[in-house]
Amino acid sequence: MAQGISTAATGGRVALDKLGVILAVLVAAGAFLLPFATFRANRIVLGEPRSLLEALAPAEAWALLALVVAGGGVALLRMPIRVKLAASVGVLCALLVAVGRAGTFLTPEGNTFARVSPGSGFWLLLFAFALMMADALSRLALSPGKRLAGLAVAAAILGAILVSGLWNDLSILKEYANRSGAFWREAGTHVLLAFGSLALATASGVPIGIALTRAPGLRGPVLNVLNIVQTIPSIALFGLLIAPMAWIAANVPGASAIGIAGIGAAPALVALYAYSLLPVVSNTVVGLDGVPRQTVDAATGMGMTDRQRLAQVELPLAFPVILTGIRIVLVQNIGLATIAALIGGGGLGVFVFQGIGQTAMDLVLLGAVPTVVLAVAAAIVLDALVEMSERPGVREAHA
Amino acid sequence: MSAGLVVRAIALAILLAFLVAPEAFTPVFAPLTERGAPAIYTQADMLALAMNHLGLVAAAVVAATIVSVGLAIVVTRPFGAEFLPLSRSIANIGQTFPPIAVLALAVPALGFGAAPTFVALFLYGLLPIFENALTGLTNVQPAVREAATGMGMTQRQRLVQVELPLALPVILAGIRLSTVIALATATIGSTVAASTLGEVIIAGLLTNNVAYILQGGLVVGALAVLIYDAFLWLERALARRMGRTA
Amino acid sequence: MIEIDAVTKVYGTQTVVDAVSMTVPSGTIAVIVGTSGSGKTTLMRTINRLVEPTSGAVRIDGEDNRALPAYELRRRIGYAIQGHGLFPHRTVAQNIATVPGLLGWDQKRIANRVDELLDLFQLDPAAFRERMPHELSGGQQQRIGVARALAAEPNILLMDEPYGALDPIIRAKAQEDLLAIQARFGTTIVLVTHDMEEAIRLGHRIAVMDAGKLLQYSKPADIIAKPATPFVKELIGAPERPFRLLSLVRVADLAEPGEAAGAPLDAGLSARDAYAELLWSGREAAPVARDGAIVGRVRLQGLAKQAARPS
Repeated sequence: MAQGISTAATGGRVALDKLGVILAVLVAAGAFLLPFATFRANRIVLGEPRSLLEALAPAEAWALLALVVAGGGVALLRMPIRVKLAASVGVLCALLVAVGRAGTFLTPEGNTFARVSPGSGFWLLLFAFALMMADALSRLALSPGKRLAGLAVAAAILGAILVSGLWNDLSILKEYANRSGAFWREAGTHVLLAFGSLALATASGVPIGIALTRAPGLRGPVLNVLNIVQTIPSIALFGLLIAPMAWIAANVPGASAIGIAGIGAAPALVALYAYSLLPVVSNTVVGLDGVPRQTVDAATGMGMTDRQRLAQVELPLAFPVILTGIRIVLVQNIGLATIAALIGGGGLGVFVFQGIGQTAMDLVLLGAVPTVVLAVAAAIVLDALVEMSERPGVREAHA
Repeated sequence: MSAGLVVRAIALAILLAFLVAPEAFTPVFAPLTERGAPAIYTQADMLALAMNHLGLVAAAVVAATIVSVGLAIVVTRPFGAEFLPLSRSIANIGQTFPPIAVLALAVPALGFGAAPTFVALFLYGLLPIFENALTGLTNVQPAVREAATGMGMTQRQRLVQVELPLALPVILAGIRLSTVIALATATIGSTVAASTLGEVIIAGLLTNNVAYILQGGLVVGALAVLIYDAFLWLERALARRMGRTA
Repeated sequence: MIEIDAVTKVYGTQTVVDAVSMTVPSGTIAVIVGTSGSGKTTLMRTINRLVEPTSGAVRIDGEDNRALPAYELRRRIGYAIQGHGLFPHRTVAQNIATVPGLLGWDQKRIANRVDELLDLFQLDPAAFRERMPHELSGGQQQRIGVARALAAEPNILLMDEPYGALDPIIRAKAQEDLLAIQARFGTTIVLVTHDMEEAIRLGHRIAVMDAGKLLQYSKPADIIAKPATPFVKELIGAPERPFRLLSLVRVADLAEPGEAAGAPLDAGLSARDAYAELLWSGREAAPVARDGAIVGRVRLQGLAKQAARPS
């Protein structure tokens, strides 16, 4: 699998890596053709491109260029996977540090209006080396525990950079500095919306799924209704819940006291919950259906009651599939929670839509980047958990 | 079956009637409005919005199908096998990007309007089709593949005459998934000024008009359900022909 | 004629086929027998180049099989496999038409050939042409698989455990059909099986393989009477030997003048079946009938002599 073109190193010819050829082209374009950073006199005027050599102090610029070219070389040649992994991680860290340095270098002393943001060249380089890292990681086929450790290391590096103030001169962090209070409030709302709806969906979806396997007649109609809910566009569902929630707030005693209102987080939470039900319910059904018939028979034959069989045999065996449903829901909800901002529900979408409204892309990024990071991290963590929960031998039953 | 068909035919008829003459439905939506607000969205022609919406979705899904099936073919051939693990992890991670983030991030490069929406729909549509094409192409029975080679088919003949036709129902399921996602995501395109049915919903959100939100949502939802069903019907017909149950 | 000349196939460190040479004369059936992992299938697949030998060569009618592009070679060699490998998305007629289509035959000729083959395998063309493979029984699928392999009138037919998935009754019928077709068209057949019974029944010559090596390649009677190694002997099954010998001859070959009482035996019956019938009915002898007319008799004693080890 890990072989490149099989021109092998016979006759002194150098063996090239197929993916490396593509990466090298991307790296060359990112390093030499596209701007590394963009400079703007204020936050909404058009940016001026700055190449890699213009964006950094000469010594740093040449050092970075040398590192990037060396990284591209490692990508291009056939080398052990661990070497490739180390090279890609090294260059990625250097890029993250350099982009912060570029912000400091390009911002005139004491100018609070100027904005420096990463340019297309930076993004392309980041993409190319992230691809190289992803390739190395997928070939290494790391155990779930190691993947989690890797994620923790990446989070630590990111946290260290943020705390150190290295990126403080970048536009996205200037947007953050102007509204740090709002950022953490909305981020909290975002997490609450995504996880709260997930908790509700799990607490009710799993029992519904169990019920459907016990009453097959209900299965088709219930799953159909949940399917149709999924086809309603999110912004419409969010909007449609405003009226009934307002009605409940006005007419049910005590409802408004616990935070139910027509506008705000409550309709968003309900909408996310509605979208979450289908994956949880259908995966519970599929998971329970996937328990081998002989196993169920054996459990019954040994004298287990229905409840004992469910708790001790069926649910443990179906657990990985149910967890996969939860993974789908969590990742989907982290993305969908951005839409809540449209109906005043808060969340990181607030910055995305404000940014779109003001054509301030830095503000869009302030909302979008944390959302993407959160979603990717959630996917990695839950994929690892799903894999850990699949004990050997059990996996085949669900394959 | 026939009862379901009747329900679908009625849904389609109502949908078409609404798109052609939305004003005729004023009495239905009027009770939902407050303070004499208009019951039917008339700033733009409903039919034109629907056609735009469908056109955008169709263009994005066709482009996504061509690219992802092509990619799946490449990584399942011997010379592209190297890219298989990477393409799997990209597909996996790529799916975690929220559509609204893709949409917003495409705006700086492409400006407002249909272009960033097309890009978001296209990127978001790639992954389900790619996953399914990969599954379909790798799940062809070894005996069938062996027979094709043994009878003297070239690589290309085997792909075109055997592997792709056999993978078709699974690929179609991926296209169906992408289409339904794209139909819903295209409404979000209206936040970056693409002219889709999302315009109606956004107008409703901005003016606090439930009637607008409901008609926009219902039209998109009905389109999605009908298209979903049509795909499902086609997949089942194909699968039945091959003696499999879908 | 197929000449396999010192063919060796090595996968990594494992030698799957080890310097095997054998010749299959035109118009005969060679059966390769062995346990799983013996290299029998790999050896057969070097003939149509589904496997390229590490060393050695395969010649067909004197010409190296690498003279043509692999796919062109394969179109001239019929190929039928276990589990038939029918294309599930194509009708019976389209399946049979595969190789003629690849060879660019015109539609009329293809349609005629499809009907001819369906007739040959006792499947009514009008009823079966448009059926899909999954609508057929296992035996019918298998017959279509062989029909498809024969569609372009190949001189050579390779068969990889073709009857492995069939129940005993249908298998016996399929084997009869194959013998009839081979006799009619004079096709050279190489068939791989793990079943010695099948090998003795079908093969003009039997090749026994174990651990990549060809242990013995002889006529069935020689394999039974003079097994070259203990492994061959074990594969035949020592207690089965007399009966295996009997199964090689027909009643007609052993009929002698004379009369006997009771129901007549058909001349086409194998001597083994005749022996069993005589034991079961408690007779010393039985009349032999061909096309309804009595042509002589067989005796228990004569059959027993036939079952004894040849001197």
